[in-house]
Amino acid sequence: MTDTTTTRHIPDRLNSRAVRIFKSWEALLLAVAIAIFVVNSFASPYFLNAWNLSDATFNFTEKAMIAFAMALLIISGEIDLSVASIIALASTAMGLAMQHGAGTPELVLIGLTVGLLCGAFNGVFVTFFGLPSIVVTIGTMSLFRGISYIILGDGSFSGYPSSFSWFGQGYIYWVFTVEMLLFVIIAVIYAVLLHKTNFGRAVYAIGNNPTGALFSGIRVQRVKFILFLLTGLMSGVAAVCLTSRLGSTRPSIASGMELEVVTMVVLGGVNILGGSGTIPGVVIAAFVMGLVTFGLGLLNVPGIVMSIFIGLLLIGVIALPRLWAMAAARRNA
Amino acid sequence: MMRFIPVREAILGSAILILIILVASRFAGFVAPSNLANVFNDTAPLIILALGQMVVILTRCIDLSVAANLALTGMAVAMINVAMPGLPIPVIIAIAVLMGGIMGAINGVLVWKLSIPPIVVTLGTMTIFRGIIFLISDGKWVNSHEMSAAFTGFPRAVLLGLPVLSWIAIITVITFGIMMARTQFGRSIFAVGGNPHAAVYTGINVGKTQFWAFVVSGALAGLTGYLWVARYAVAYVDIAGGFELEVVAACVIGGISIAGGIGSVGGAVLGAIFLGVVKNALPVVNISPFWQLAISGSAILIAVAFNARSGRTKGRIILKSAEATQ
Amino acid sequence: MTPHAAPATPSAVVSMDLITKTFPGVKALDQVKLDLYPGQVTALVGENGAGKSTTVKILTGIYQTDGGTIRIDGDPVTFGTPNDAAKAGITAIHQETVLFDELSVAENIYIGHAPRNRFGLIDTAQMHRNASKLLADIGAPFSSHTQLRDLGIANKHLVAIARALSVDARVVIMDEPTAALSHKEIEELYELVETLKAQGKAILFISHKFDEIFRIADRYTVFRDGGFVGDGLIAEITEGDLVSMMVGRSVDQIFPDRAREVGEEVLKVVGYSHPTEFADINFDLKRGEILGFYGLVGAGRSEFMQALFGITKPSKGVCRVNGNIKVMRSPADAVENGIVYVPEDRGKQGAVIGLPIFQNITLPSLGRTSRSGFLRLAEEFKLAREYAERLDLRAASLDQDIGNLSGGNQQKVVIAKWLATQPQVIILDEPTKGIDIGSKAAVHEFMAELAAQGLSVIMVSSEIPEIIGMSDRVIVMRDGLIAAELSGDDVTPELLVRHAAGITTQTEGAPQ
Repeated sequence: MTDTTTTRHIPDRLNSRAVRIFKSWEALLLAVAIAIFVVNSFASPYFLNAWNLSDATFNFTEKAMIAFAMALLIISGEIDLSVASIIALASTAMGLAMQHGAGTPELVLIGLTVGLLCGAFNGVFVTFFGLPSIVVTIGTMSLFRGISYIILGDGSFSGYPSSFSWFGQGYIYWVFTVEMLLFVIIAVIYAVLLHKTNFGRAVYAIGNNPTGALFSGIRVQRVKFILFLLTGLMSGVAAVCLTSRLGSTRPSIASGMELEVVTMVVLGGVNILGGSGTIPGVVIAAFVMGLVTFGLGLLNVPGIVMSIFIGLLLIGVIALPRLWAMAAARRNA
Repeated sequence: MMRFIPVREAILGSAILILIILVASRFAGFVAPSNLANVFNDTAPLIILALGQMVVILTRCIDLSVAANLALTGMAVAMINVAMPGLPIPVIIAIAVLMGGIMGAINGVLVWKLSIPPIVVTLGTMTIFRGIIFLISDGKWVNSHEMSAAFTGFPRAVLLGLPVLSWIAIITVITFGIMMARTQFGRSIFAVGGNPHAAVYTGINVGKTQFWAFVVSGALAGLTGYLWVARYAVAYVDIAGGFELEVVAACVIGGISIAGGIGSVGGAVLGAIFLGVVKNALPVVNISPFWQLAISGSAILIAVAFNARSGRTKGRIILKSAEATQ
Repeated sequence: MTPHAAPATPSAVVSMDLITKTFPGVKALDQVKLDLYPGQVTALVGENGAGKSTTVKILTGIYQTDGGTIRIDGDPVTFGTPNDAAKAGITAIHQETVLFDELSVAENIYIGHAPRNRFGLIDTAQMHRNASKLLADIGAPFSSHTQLRDLGIANKHLVAIARALSVDARVVIMDEPTAALSHKEIEELYELVETLKAQGKAILFISHKFDEIFRIADRYTVFRDGGFVGDGLIAEITEGDLVSMMVGRSVDQIFPDRAREVGEEVLKVVGYSHPTEFADINFDLKRGEILGFYGLVGAGRSEFMQALFGITKPSKGVCRVNGNIKVMRSPADAVENGIVYVPEDRGKQGAVIGLPIFQNITLPSLGRTSRSGFLRLAEEFKLAREYAERLDLRAASLDQDIGNLSGGNQQKVVIAKWLATQPQVIILDEPTKGIDIGSKAAVHEFMAELAAQGLSVIMVSSEIPEIIGMSDRVIVMRDGLIAAELSGDDVTPELLVRHAAGITTQTEGAPQ
């Protein structure tokens, strides 16, 4: 271009992989997780028990399944607050089908399909009509659960076939549950999707600059629509697991879970404003939340008080690094 | 001089009227003044909270902690009342407003000084506040027989034909009408939400305005906390659970843009009244109250779709021929 | 530089002395000085990155200085907040008008200092009376009750000026106020500047347009790379000297010499129309050709280019690529058909800030660097390096966030991104806007090189020298229509301006 005879060599990277990992949010979070684990194992003699630990995973597996899809959605700059309501609707649909004699395969298919349809409904409003996802999903949050209430009122469905209980109550081997297996499989799928594929790259690009991504030839609306579908589908999967585990459906099922899912995602280091975050981070956050709930539970701390801890954790993990940076800046000045 | 009633509010107002007329055609008693007064009184807490939420949303924030704030303040004043039955009601109200305001200030500081996204902050404080209720109450209920008569009687006392609760809502609406239109703070709120970048240049401190918006929202939540607990004469951990979303819904239905800067007191009030009318009308026309959630969900979707359509910015018209036909 | 002997110079209202401002890693201002005099227009001149906007932000209290003194009427002051600056009588009218769409004109004028009634509430009646008077004084053709969002850019400027008058400002900063205005609106703005001068206001005028500086400024101050270069009276300096002060060397803008050989037709556009933005656009483009699109700001050039790139949909019209009809429903379609677009708004539309350089470059080429949808980083780095080095990108590493690059280097990444897709047609929308003169020449040279390699280039530009120096052919647009197609000796400044402004032989006939 100019009269430079030798082209300047630009290195690929300045920091080695090890340095980047060490400095990452995930490393910090992992340290927190290990600390909680250690503290818990000292605090309660019942903590380090394979069966207890196995039971404890139910605290997070279903939420985490949704959280993985939600992580991608939030990275792309959108959000879905209707996930818990999708569970309610999907579970209600399964209950209805069960009353009409559907077997386990049909029930699963119906649960997943309803999830997918709900995701598509959100996706159409957000991508086709161009409405803000936070408002749309606050609306569908009421709508989906509202339909459950219309169908069930204050009643409930129960009496699911015994083979259906495999998803939420079954074990693969020793203490390893079916849900754990699902959790691992889904985590791997989403990690690969986000970090190793063109689709994942598009998600990051959209989250950082949707206009720039569009102007770079990315089909932004299509990607977002798929993300809503995936989140709906994962809610369907969670609905199958939760319904199977509880063995019954009430319209209030999974209420408030959307906020726990978002908390898990944000705790996992995903920027609520979009553009950054990783699946390993969400995995660790899932364990942190699970361990906290479990550990405090062993100490007979009621669930609602644990939520104080989760709330503090959510704000603290974001606030502390910022306070630290502010203090550092003041010291330098 | 006169500014016409904005289209958004007019349409929402007509929708409410049509709804009332439809209900009245099935059951004339619904439009009896006493019943309408009841509906209004029932909606008063939602109106008060929607106004606080409106201020927050206008500054491009959101406050999901209002219901938890309400419940915590409600529990606290109920317990204070149990411990000190003689404490006069004005003091109780002052405590409630102050407590709520402080909780709002906590949200505000985190947003202002640490720049943490408001949705994260209030999601966090929402769970924390709820948890604290459990801590201070030990999970127990405060029941009506434990509360003093003055405590529970105040919001229900009738003054000029309306309960005090209704009057408080009316006063709040008037105060907000004046505040939003005629004070520096009110106009700054629109400026901060409409164009934060420009607000800085006109000497408005964006973070500080957002802070005060949270304080206002918190203080109103605190006030409503006392009114709620006194009116229903019971306080427990889960009161007003999920109510924050109804409050946001009232704002969205009232045409307050979640992106900030656009909205009005009239809109927020009408949005709340719409939800209130739906809630009270359902049993009258023999529709199961279980329909309410789905109806308000649909109303949110319709409202946001409608507002997006009417608020779409017009593209530049370059062609003369196109300009002529406009 | 020549020290100026200013006869009968009044004492400065504002004088900035030895002002220094440092950001992490950058010294934005290094001991600069700037004096503003009552009743005079001082032009602040400098390339991008010279420190002009930092100076404005310091004067308006957005930034605080790290060193040096600001004096008002000789007394040292410090501006801790924008309010302090406003109280000192300093007000700014910004590049993109920064006001509030949802508020009325009167509220925009008086936000922060509205008249109050005895209850301490805003006295709306009084506010509208005052605003109406101010608007009448500057000849604004709209009411104080108008919602700001209903006004065009020129009228928004008037609101900003009325605001400046309402605070009884002594110092008015105008930061590229004419950037988005039409010819006629610019003239009206000049008249207003004269009015402000006559009222004894000190005006700081920031502009990249030399004709404008020599038209309305009384004095100049030149910054370069955050440092002070010189100041003086406009009457005592030539355009050439000012430019060489600005760039630190004498620059006769030289455009690359190119062999103008063009090949077969690559792109043919027939009857492209849009409901409101453009109509009946016809042209063809040949291999290796540079086709210039000239016009005033707002003539519909970018709007048309974005339709060609699939961002918006034309209401009718056909586009042929290599003779085959193609429909561009999205940019992805356009890229597939070998048409790429380097937008004017680099920060928002061009670069994906937040992603590293190599990911920006490979974003549209992932199909080639990946295998069945799975990323291959090694391939990505290889492709990114190839194009980054070809464009002589200056960056610490390819893994660096594109947001940390200078404007010129960001532009290189955006161009690299598109070249990596091996396009047939590249549309460059104001490719050298906002980049320094050195990078400009490099972009021009590169453009010529691309054309020589057989790429067809469409260049949208509002700069006449660039249009004349680079284009093989020029299409002039006005009000959304093609006003003229010029080539060869017809491409002269006079003809370009005539067609762009719609000036007929006798009188001006271009009402806005």
